[in-house]
Amino acid sequence: MSTDRTGPKHAGPRRGPWSFLSGGTGTVALLLVVVFAVIATQNPSFFEGPPLMSFARMAAPLVLLAVGQYFVIVSGEFDLSVGSLVGAQVVVAARLIDGDEAMTLPVMGLMVAFGLVVGLFNGLVTTVLKVPSIITTLGTMLILFGAVRYWTGGAPTGALSESFRLPGRGGIEGVPYLGQLPYALIIAAVAAAAAVWLMRSPYGRCLMAVGDNDVAAAFSGVRVWRVRTAAFVLSGLMASVAAVLIGGFSGVTAQVGEGLEFTAITAVVLGGVLLGGGRGTVVAAVLGALSLEALFTLFTQLYLPATIQPTVQGLIIIAAVAYASRRGDLRLPERLRRRTGPPTERPLGTSRR
Amino acid sequence: MHVPRVLLAGAAGLALVLSACTTDAPDGSADGNGADLTPEEEWFDQEEFDRQLAQRDIEPEGPEDEPWLQAIEPEWVDTSEWESDAPEDATVCFSNASVSNPWRVTGFITMEQQVEELQEAGEIGDFQVSDAADDDNQQISDIQAFVDSGDCDTIIISPSTTATMTPAVETACESGVPVIVFDRGVNTDCAVTFIHPIGGYANGADSAEFLVDNLEPGSRVLALRILPGVDSLEHRWAAAQTIFDDSELDIIGYEFTEGDGAQIKDLVSQHLQRGAVDGVWMDAGDGAVAGLEAFEDAGQDYPVVSGEDELSFMRKWQEEDLTAIAPVYSNFQWRTPVLAASMILRGEEVPQEWVLPQEPVTEDERDELLEVNSGMPSLHYARFGGQDLPGFPEAWEDR
Repeated sequence: MSTDRTGPKHAGPRRGPWSFLSGGTGTVALLLVVVFAVIATQNPSFFEGPPLMSFARMAAPLVLLAVGQYFVIVSGEFDLSVGSLVGAQVVVAARLIDGDEAMTLPVMGLMVAFGLVVGLFNGLVTTVLKVPSIITTLGTMLILFGAVRYWTGGAPTGALSESFRLPGRGGIEGVPYLGQLPYALIIAAVAAAAAVWLMRSPYGRCLMAVGDNDVAAAFSGVRVWRVRTAAFVLSGLMASVAAVLIGGFSGVTAQVGEGLEFTAITAVVLGGVLLGGGRGTVVAAVLGALSLEALFTLFTQLYLPATIQPTVQGLIIIAAVAYASRRGDLRLPERLRRRTGPPTERPLGTSRR
Repeated sequence: MHVPRVLLAGAAGLALVLSACTTDAPDGSADGNGADLTPEEEWFDQEEFDRQLAQRDIEPEGPEDEPWLQAIEPEWVDTSEWESDAPEDATVCFSNASVSNPWRVTGFITMEQQVEELQEAGEIGDFQVSDAADDDNQQISDIQAFVDSGDCDTIIISPSTTATMTPAVETACESGVPVIVFDRGVNTDCAVTFIHPIGGYANGADSAEFLVDNLEPGSRVLALRILPGVDSLEHRWAAAQTIFDDSELDIIGYEFTEGDGAQIKDLVSQHLQRGAVDGVWMDAGDGAVAGLEAFEDAGQDYPVVSGEDELSFMRKWQEEDLTAIAPVYSNFQWRTPVLAASMILRGEEVPQEWVLPQEPVTEDERDELLEVNSGMPSLHYARFGGQDLPGFPEAWEDR
């Protein structure tokens, strides 16, 4: 009858050949492998260097946005402003640069500064003014969207310089097998590695603690508002870098950045990062971004009718997250769950004895 | 209950692979989905298709160098009942669907400039504008507000959608003031005049015919579309399907892009990975340059391409000397409604259905149009038709 007697093999965390996949990373890694496998059946040449590199170049901005979103989500908040921020940055950059090479670096600097300021604004409004982040960043999203519309009159003007476009479009030529190693891939890899390092640092542990239980974190001496604000600033920074890559990849269009915030949140959730904070890894968020991008690629490879794609995407995401929670990726760790176990185990039996 | 995870994963994988197999081979085409070339009935009207294709070759009536005043086969209607003794005091009201894309922005600037010219000439008075930001309900109440205020001597409407806006337009008509509808239509002919260029079928046919004429039989063509379900865009695709169906071209598929450069570039790159693409058909020019860059980055020759008279595309066309055509959805139509309003206030006849010419930009005209628009931003439309207005060119350059 009692659940803790079912056998010693369920008592502790599983240790087996698959143990590295625990903690939310497993499902999304599996999904990525499955999607890649199906792509390979459709297009065997996908895994030759150049197509894979072009996939990486396309996925890099989403990886950056997912990493930025990860910081915010794991601290228990949302950042809905990143799509608008990317759009605003690209449009503003095009207008300021207007084809002038000399303006490239100053404008890139300005973009980073702007991203940091927007992040700081989001963070402070959320933490100091106590506005729920979903409202704060929804507001920022609308403010930026409207401001850009107003400033450009609905039609972006100007042009990006060739050197501005280099990070998103260019790469290191002549790499054996791969052909060209995209700068975007290098930038995304560096950002992801830095994020992993950051999450292992004291700051990262505070961030996780704040997302798990901000009251407890505050009692143990964490300055919650500072930690959360920094997460928003990081998200703004990542969005700025993503904007450089996206602008570089495809230039300026009126639609640039639209809907990216939800793609980024989807990527993070797909990675098994718990909405509400406190659980999930950077690596899982990155894998989530790659899986989502791979899904988009797969849809194209399958010539899936474009109209049905969002439906299939939605089904796969729900299935993946449901599967992850079934197998326990999203449940509390064993040591935390066991604590509530004993009192509820034999309440009736003991009173009758 | 404990389902082994391997089973679940296996089932998921199997589902993906199976769905792959089922979508892989529809009607026996070995390569891709070989896009279906029978237009959907909902979006295809053979009679209208034939009419629009014929209209392209009809010489329009009207002043030769002012296409915005030309009309194809007009049926003139009398407007003397609305003749005004003091047109300089007459209020013209305009209910705009939105200025949510560069095409509408360009057009609206042209309209404002035209209004200024007419106001200075004393041909119209006050010009009131409401913008519904693509919201049907907003536009219905905008029109109602115009009617209720009683200030309007003419109401111009650019409907956001067809069916929903029909009753609102009827309300405006019933108020007794002359109503002018332009761009998208409504299901009523109560308006004094309905102004529009030839239409989507002609637009899609122009580009499809160009590809058929400039590509070898058997060439592979990719179609890039912005959105499903928008009538003007669906008509373009339906016309292209009809023309491609009669050709020897191999249409490898179509994709929806939302006009987003990043998506277009990604989609085109993926198609290029799996085989040559010789031609690209687009239902509108948004993001055409990003699509062409995918060819550059893949180290492949440029395709034969149809874009739009958007300057970013036309400049690329000139720079790279592409084999291209720019079909047009005449932007200068934004001038016509205010001109029509001034004609009605003078009691002059106007065409009941005012069909404006819609001539694609070909290589012969390209350089000249780029010269005229040399200072304009890249998302400006070459056939905006405002060169002779007083604000040219600053009004369009500084937007």
